[in-house]
Amino acid sequence: MKTRRIIAIAKRDLKRTAREPAALFMIFLFPIVFVIAFGGAFGGIGGSSSPTYGVGVVNLDNISTGVATGQQWSSLFVNSLSATKILNVQAYPDNETAQMDLAQGKIQAVMIIPSGFGASCSSFLASPGDASKWVNTTVLLYFDSGSLFATQAISPIFQQVLGTLLDGGQQTVAKPISLSTPSLVNVQKTSAFDYMAPGMFAFASIFMIMIVAQSFALDKENGLLKRIRMTPTSPSEFMMSQVLSNMVTAFIQAAIVFGLVYLMGFRPLVSSITIVLSFGLVLVFSLCNVGFGLITATIAKSSGAATGIAFLFLLPQLFLGTFVGASLSGAAQSASRFVPSFYVTDALTSLLLRGAPMTSPTILLDIAILVVSSVAILIVGILLFGRILRES
Amino acid sequence: MKVEAEKVMSPAGSPQVPDPEAMNQMLPLGERRAAIEIENLSKKFDVVAVDGLTLDVMEGELFGLLGPNGAGKTTLINMLCGLTKPTVGTAKVGGYDIIKEIDKVKDQIGVCPQETALFPYLSGRENLDLFGSLYLMPKDALKKRSQELLAGIGLLEDANRRVGKYSGGMKRRLSLICALVHEPEIAFLDEPTVAMDPQSRHAVWGFIRDLTKDGKTVILTTHYMEEAQELCDRVGIIDHGKLIALGTPAELIEKYSAKHLEDVFLQLTGRNIREEL
Ligand SMILES: Nc1ncnc2c1ncn2[C@@H]1O[C@H](COP(=O)(O)OP(=O)(O)OP(=O)(O)O)[C@@H](O)[C@H]1O
Ligand SMILES: [Mg+2]
Repeated sequence: MKTRRIIAIAKRDLKRTAREPAALFMIFLFPIVFVIAFGGAFGGIGGSSSPTYGVGVVNLDNISTGVATGQQWSSLFVNSLSATKILNVQAYPDNETAQMDLAQGKIQAVMIIPSGFGASCSSFLASPGDASKWVNTTVLLYFDSGSLFATQAISPIFQQVLGTLLDGGQQTVAKPISLSTPSLVNVQKTSAFDYMAPGMFAFASIFMIMIVAQSFALDKENGLLKRIRMTPTSPSEFMMSQVLSNMVTAFIQAAIVFGLVYLMGFRPLVSSITIVLSFGLVLVFSLCNVGFGLITATIAKSSGAATGIAFLFLLPQLFLGTFVGASLSGAAQSASRFVPSFYVTDALTSLLLRGAPMTSPTILLDIAILVVSSVAILIVGILLFGRILRES
Repeated sequence: MKVEAEKVMSPAGSPQVPDPEAMNQMLPLGERRAAIEIENLSKKFDVVAVDGLTLDVMEGELFGLLGPNGAGKTTLINMLCGLTKPTVGTAKVGGYDIIKEIDKVKDQIGVCPQETALFPYLSGRENLDLFGSLYLMPKDALKKRSQELLAGIGLLEDANRRVGKYSGGMKRRLSLICALVHEPEIAFLDEPTVAMDPQSRHAVWGFIRDLTKDGKTVILTTHYMEEAQELCDRVGIIDHGKLIALGTPAELIEKYSAKHLEDVFLQLTGRNIREEL
């Protein structure tokens, strides 16, 4: 296996993609148009670049104690929440008024700061290591169950701000203040742009099936595969070069989609490691699409036929595993368990939208299934297509 | 010429001991080593394309492979360069077995296929660069060699244009130099001059002659008998996969009391147009 050959062939693939208007359109322009179209339809554009969500704050700590420290702590907390720029914090005199506005959709959440809040904070700072000396309190949160962002994102923001306030963000340490959401939140899938954004990555990547299938079929048709076989290039070198060039393409594509959904207001509140992991998952998923592309190219007798056959692999993945099928019937939702795109979208949704830790069982299971199925499909593709490379 | 001179001088420090390579080049054709040894080679598709063919091509020889459409010329070349597996028989190319040591064979050879296969979205120069890289040529040498070849074949001005926009003859010329970019010891040129204007054809002839002057072995197929007569040291005429005549053009013309090689060809293969199965 010679790296020089692999890179030489990968380079020509990338040049082809860059110079072929049809490929360029499929891989880059089409996803861009789609993201913008969906973003426009579902509120990603038009509003301010950083979306704000109304949170009503009822600060009981102010009234009851009147102690200066209590006021300081709670107002510090409220100010920090406003400083995130995502939340538009409004003060309410009492719970009832706040709940009325919440019910009318004027605000998306209500937070009740209990009377012992300041005391609780002070007790923590006085002896951070000794939980027995803490004054425990609970901050109550009420959400609008119809607002997806509220149910999914506000709680982590609160958690984070609270953590930063108390100990500079060392979230592992136990704290005297807990957040509680008394109203059971019914999470519903909606077509909000925020919810769709994770599915955009899989959506864009799926179109690589068609590009890969077409380019292999064309190489076959034009005698270029034979021409390469006349050189000392081995089939494995050739296959490696294809994987390499398509990974580069997938990376650029994911970066474009990420930049675009970010510009349109998608702000995943996660660490950079999570972003890197998400990109990694998209790249793994692209292997699966290269595999499907190879299988298509093996079956297809011509590059024209390849386009048609590619749809067989493309459409189920598109409808069952990306944002396109967010409101599917029960049967279709079970069927979606059989397409790899479901797992990458599910993992990205959990990671980016729900802020789930990457070690959570759901995500680990998603990643495991994604990796195993993608590698398996790629191997099947390579074996099938390899027969063409070696045929006599 | 330069290469030969260097060969005579080596090994370094003992110029009085001639290099056996160079010695071999100076021998008359019949006494040289064989670059290609074909033994009873056959290939059967639905039809028998190559039928028990035995033939030696000598080092430094310019060998013309002639025959009507469908005679089996391309199939023979495809077997020799590892693209098609023989049904029966074997062959050695550059001393290596085409079945067991095909990787070593591929390092030695350059192929200009009958059907032009170039990367249309790359420029002429980029095509050369890609092929040179596949043979792991050092980058500097590759750059220099590409420049020489492009100039030699008259493609320098169009070197940075995309090949998709080339004319048919330009593609043929590029295809030829892509086959030769890595200076292969043995070149298979399957109808290299087809679709070329007389100017280009003469340029290509010059190219091919230079190759053999450098001691390279060339297998050339062509349907232009005057081209074969003009260029080739020896020609082999095959029909229905079998070798039916072999010799220098002059020998064959004399043997069949013909005016020129085309006469010989028509005498041997008849005047009927070949219908493919
Ligand atoms: N892949 C293949 N499958 C089936 N038959 C083939 C295949 N390749 C060649 N043949 C057959 O083998 C015979 C020899 O073909 P080949 O291409 O070697 O002829 P050729 O001498 O190169 O002809 P031409 O001068 O037209 O190029 C033909 O009858 C052809 O139909
Ligand atoms: Mg032929």
